[in-house]
Amino acid sequence: MSRLQKLILGRIGLGIVTLAVVSMLIFVGVDLLPGDLAQQILGQSATPETLAAYRLELGLDQPAYLRYFDWLGGVFHGDFGHSLANGRDVAELIGPRLAKTMFLAGYAAVIAVPVALTLGVLVALFRGTLFDRIANVLALSAVSLPEFFVGYLLILLLAVKVAAFPSLARLDDAATWGEALYRTFLPALTLILVVLAHMMRMTRAAIINVLASPYIEMARLKGMPPIKIILRHALPNALAPIINVVALNLAYLVVGVVVVEVVFAYPGLGQLLVDAVVKRDFPVVQAVGLFFAATYIVLNLIADVLSILANPRLRSGR
Amino acid sequence: MNEQMKRSLAQGHIDRRSFMAAALAAGVTLSAASLMVGEAMAAEPKKGGKLRVGYTQGATSDSMDPATFNNDFMFALGYAVFSSLVELGPDGTAQPDLAEHFEASPDAKTWTFRIRDGVKFSDGKTVSARDVVASISYHMGENSKSGIKPLLVQIAEMKADGDNTVVFTLNEGNADFPYIFNDYHLGIRPAQADGSIDPATTIGSGGYTVESFEPGVRAVLKRRNDYWKPGRAHFDTVELMAIADPAARMNALITDEVDLIDRPDLKTIHMLKRNKDIKIHTQNGTLHYVLPMQTDVAPFSDNNVRMALKYAINREEIVSKVLKGYGVVGNDQPIAPSMPFYNAALKPRAYDPDKAKSYLKKSGLTSLDVDLHTADAAFNGAVDTSVLFSESAKAAGINIKVVREPDDGYWSNVWLKKPFCTSYWGGRPTADLMFSSAYAAGADWNESHFNNPRFNELLVQARSELDQAKRGEMYGEMQRLVSDEGGTIVPAFGQYVSAMNKRVQMPDAVTQLWDLDGVRFIERWWLA
Repeated sequence: MSRLQKLILGRIGLGIVTLAVVSMLIFVGVDLLPGDLAQQILGQSATPETLAAYRLELGLDQPAYLRYFDWLGGVFHGDFGHSLANGRDVAELIGPRLAKTMFLAGYAAVIAVPVALTLGVLVALFRGTLFDRIANVLALSAVSLPEFFVGYLLILLLAVKVAAFPSLARLDDAATWGEALYRTFLPALTLILVVLAHMMRMTRAAIINVLASPYIEMARLKGMPPIKIILRHALPNALAPIINVVALNLAYLVVGVVVVEVVFAYPGLGQLLVDAVVKRDFPVVQAVGLFFAATYIVLNLIADVLSILANPRLRSGR
Repeated sequence: MNEQMKRSLAQGHIDRRSFMAAALAAGVTLSAASLMVGEAMAAEPKKGGKLRVGYTQGATSDSMDPATFNNDFMFALGYAVFSSLVELGPDGTAQPDLAEHFEASPDAKTWTFRIRDGVKFSDGKTVSARDVVASISYHMGENSKSGIKPLLVQIAEMKADGDNTVVFTLNEGNADFPYIFNDYHLGIRPAQADGSIDPATTIGSGGYTVESFEPGVRAVLKRRNDYWKPGRAHFDTVELMAIADPAARMNALITDEVDLIDRPDLKTIHMLKRNKDIKIHTQNGTLHYVLPMQTDVAPFSDNNVRMALKYAINREEIVSKVLKGYGVVGNDQPIAPSMPFYNAALKPRAYDPDKAKSYLKKSGLTSLDVDLHTADAAFNGAVDTSVLFSESAKAAGINIKVVREPDDGYWSNVWLKKPFCTSYWGGRPTADLMFSSAYAAGADWNESHFNNPRFNELLVQARSELDQAKRGEMYGEMQRLVSDEGGTIVPAFGQYVSAMNKRVQMPDAVTQLWDLDGVRFIERWWLA
């Protein structure tokens, strides 16, 4: 078995252990929060009797460790349980929202990553020029503004002042792919603007770092055109940090977009998680939390594998 | 001239030309006359159209289970899909709904409700007394987790007498018993074979059926063409969308993604007003904000201290700065001006730091230090209210330390637990219900631990008193007792504010309990 394969298997094993630890932390965290589902749902209209009856119905009167192991047992059978709040099957509940989150993340990633890499290469090529400076200032401004502000700004400019796009991203009403892309354009654009700078600047920094090496000077002396130097000689060696940053931002696109979801009323996983935490709906919080943890684990694994593949020295294992 | 003529025009007794001629003859300008024609035409309901609503509340934890209904989204959905026995009319009285007639025995202890004939559920079955009994007993009994269970404790026995009659026997006389059935928890659902209801059912006898429902996201309702109630249910379809973010909600209205929103942001509403396609609707109601002090805990156990605090708060300032003018000054008791038996003689206390100081002196103090526990979870602007109170109380020698509690878990850990906090009440349709929920000795939600023997005595007496004048006197005295001796500061009654496209129409008079026509707007309003 090659070194790479061993690495992947080892990491998957470690990933599963991580997920188990994460599930325990989530359980303890939700349990430590004041109140429980019965109190959060009944709110001001709760009385001691109705609270007790509700808890009995949901099994919330059982001790914590029993509830956790009940849930864990279910997971081993592939059953993630039912939402405590409305009894819906958790897998059914999460499915459509997961699909929507992945759609938006994919939409933003498919545009953001190539644009960021291209821009990064270009600013590296034209480093020090006006183009470089302007690109940097714009990108840094976009990433410094909070995402809800960017979202509001885009709504103001593109939905209110000029009625070009809808201010509510309602995917369910879209009949065709084209309409789906149109309706979710504004939230996707918000996300693109937010992640672009990080990837672009890391690309630029990594390439410029490599450009200081002697073999690049050799290529220059040979008379190679600058763009070829960057693409054929510098970029492949600069890939490792770039891949890591891309992976981090892709994970953010799945995990960290609750604010954008709220601004555009887009029913994704972020809003679901917030609702579930507020109501202390433990099975839902667990399922979404574990999905987010798995996203990070998988993306990190892919990033590491790609970094290894990009580096011939690590590939052959000598 | 105006209203009479407008009604004639609306009903078709005169035509537009005659109306215009008459209006011009009366000295109205041409443009004003045209506007009046438009208004008159709009006053008659028109069937058809799709209403899209952007609702603030609505969570993924929502379900069709009526015991857990806890936000406006579900209240509105509940009223549209299920019928109540009784509905609250614009004049604040209980009107027949599914129950075409209800009457009490002379001691107001036995109530007989006659259910309408021939009303069908959306699956074709006829509504009968058995369904009513099943729907209501779901909220009663030891195992019920329902929010309305405390109000049904007074029912000693409930039985179906034939297909169309339900007889309730209460523990004690209650002249306001029918009002309870206006509640959103008590929509009538079909009984199953074993006499229980299926809490998840979407089959009701209301004007609309549920076409799709994604909790916390949206619900689509379709009108039933066989709805038994005449003159109601005008929209063809209604789409309720949950948009929690205030800016997103207002943008949705401005960009015509929705036709109606609730709770527009009061800080920016003046900008919304500038839009020529949008109108703002404000409604006085029973919503009020409270600062309860536990009257059995020092220093609040001394009424002089309570009176000092009641004079140390600047109510006008709170209405203008926190509610942005969308409110009415309160007089330290919970009965709203729109409710029957409101005591108009009880004037609100003006801010008077000198009087406050003199009350403090009476209790033997020169200064007072208290903690006020608050969070915006109590009501939007609670923290601002507390800070304003703290500032205005300084002039009276009272130091109020504002303790900001976390929003999460406010209702479990702060309200009813801390001796001085902030809260709100959406309101109840009757004085008896309001007083029984929050001021009766021993009530679960008696936040001020109010225990006044005369008040308790009057509460029981007035409940079974069928003579309206006598009841009025009793409730008037009870309001005075709460205001003068109670532990709850009620600085303001809030107005309900909603914003909508000018196309959305409502009747001239709307119910003043809760927002949006008692939350029954789906079956009552229409599109022009």
